[in-house]
Amino acid sequence: MKGYELQKDNNPKTTPKRVALIVRGQSARRVEDRGETVPTAPNLLLREIVIIQACIILLAVMALLFDAPLEGIADPRHTPNPAKAAWYFLGLQELLHYFPPVVAGVLLPGLAVLGLAVVPFVRVNWETVGFYEQRWRGRLLWVSLAVALTCGVMALYLAWPVIVPTLVVYGLLVLPAIPAVPERLRARLGRVPLADWIMTWFVAETVFLTLIGILFRGPGWSWIWPWRAGLY
Amino acid sequence: MSMLQRLTESRVWRALVRQGVSATNRNRILLVMDNVFLHLHSAKTRSRNLELSSTYFLGAISLVLFGILTLSGLLLMLYYHPSVPQAYHDMKELQFVVSNGLFLRNIHRWSAHAMVFIVFLHLLRVFYHKAYLPPREFNWVVGVILLLLTLGLSYTGYLLPWDQLAFWAVAVGTNMAEATPLIGPKLRYLLLGGNAVGENALLRFYVLHCALLPLALAMGVAVHLWRVRKDGGVQGSSGRYGSRRQVKP
Ligand code: HEM
Repeated sequence: MKGYELQKDNNPKTTPKRVALIVRGQSARRVEDRGETVPTAPNLLLREIVIIQACIILLAVMALLFDAPLEGIADPRHTPNPAKAAWYFLGLQELLHYFPPVVAGVLLPGLAVLGLAVVPFVRVNWETVGFYEQRWRGRLLWVSLAVALTCGVMALYLAWPVIVPTLVVYGLLVLPAIPAVPERLRARLGRVPLADWIMTWFVAETVFLTLIGILFRGPGWSWIWPWRAGLY
Repeated sequence: MSMLQRLTESRVWRALVRQGVSATNRNRILLVMDNVFLHLHSAKTRSRNLELSSTYFLGAISLVLFGILTLSGLLLMLYYHPSVPQAYHDMKELQFVVSNGLFLRNIHRWSAHAMVFIVFLHLLRVFYHKAYLPPREFNWVVGVILLLLTLGLSYTGYLLPWDQLAFWAVAVGTNMAEATPLIGPKLRYLLLGGNAVGENALLRFYVLHCALLPLALAMGVAVHLWRVRKDGGVQGSSGRYGSRRQVKP
């Protein structure tokens, strides 16, 4: 096996190609086309060395230029206002502003993690064809209903930062259905599979909520403009 | 015989550097296969995976950041006591007394932020390239666990300086955990070793941050990279709808 791999050349005329792998007790699998190969050393190794060096240099420069923050010693009797979590949790903290802790701190992050974990096992994620490259009218209806429901529930809680990214991504999704939109844009967006639309929505939510938490929230979690009030 | 030649032909040299760097294909392949670290790689790599747009090297960068964090973290441990209030004073010592102490702390801090960000980008890269499709489903799930471990490491590390920022950020987080139905208060108690963020919490977070979580992450990464190999190597961008469509009639 090893010996075969070693002597393999890439000429399809002289070397037989494996097209399927059949293992007892498993269903037959199509073997991916491996494509052209080159020796890992030095081709990949050199690139990796460059990456290691670039990372070290970049971070060393960062470390020389910017100091890690250090405030006064921890004091349980003196609550800072606002008390902010680490930046990547500020999206959740923003949600905490609208929802009870069970929802913002447990249910929604729990759903997000669960949603990510099951990605490979959910049928929409298997599709590689674009949303508009198959029968889409019925589906668009369902998506619209889901969006309306989400926005409706969020409006009840006045959680407008959740609504904005939802509507923006939904707006892009419906563009190809509108004949007045330029053909090239329609074609480009139409090739995007539903799975990518859902993930893009998730990313838009995460980024939007997190940025609000980082930049636009001040004392008492009130809205501030960072260019006027500074960063909290 | 020149000095260099004598050196490179000595038995000691040959024992250490088995292949040398002579540029034959046989040598290049042995270089990777015979080395315990390099043999994470297969001896050959698909040329299209060398392109930036295949992986943007985001997995590799995550790994490099983890390496920088491990090294700088190890050095920080030499100066750090996980007790109240010594932990905070140790930060001041790092800043004003220890040679390059501030640099050490800075690089650890910024690498930690960068790692959270880059791991998330890596997840997105894998998603949009559809690299989670069979046979890579399991490795995607391993990846999600790695993401959670990365967040856990960052979160537990956040408390260690024992300043106001650390204390209240962790307080916000553990208060959220408390909201978990049924087990919430117990969970919080377990995490903090008490009812409030205090000495016991600092010790627990220290143990999690410096022992349990890094070990778990290292093991997870080992499984992750093993799976990358076993699943037929890096898939790269070939699963993207754009590239697949061209094959269709
Ligand atoms: C500590 C965190 C992580 C490290 C160090 C890491 C490292 C790597 C490396 C080095 C690769 C191969 C090259 C590349 O694709 O860049 C890889 C591939 C992969 N990773 Fe990660 N990873 C991490 C987190 C994740 C996460 C959060 C996910 C997804 C949820 C994930 C899913 C995958 C998958 C499915 C592959 C195979 C991709 C392909 O074949 O194209 N990994 N990882």
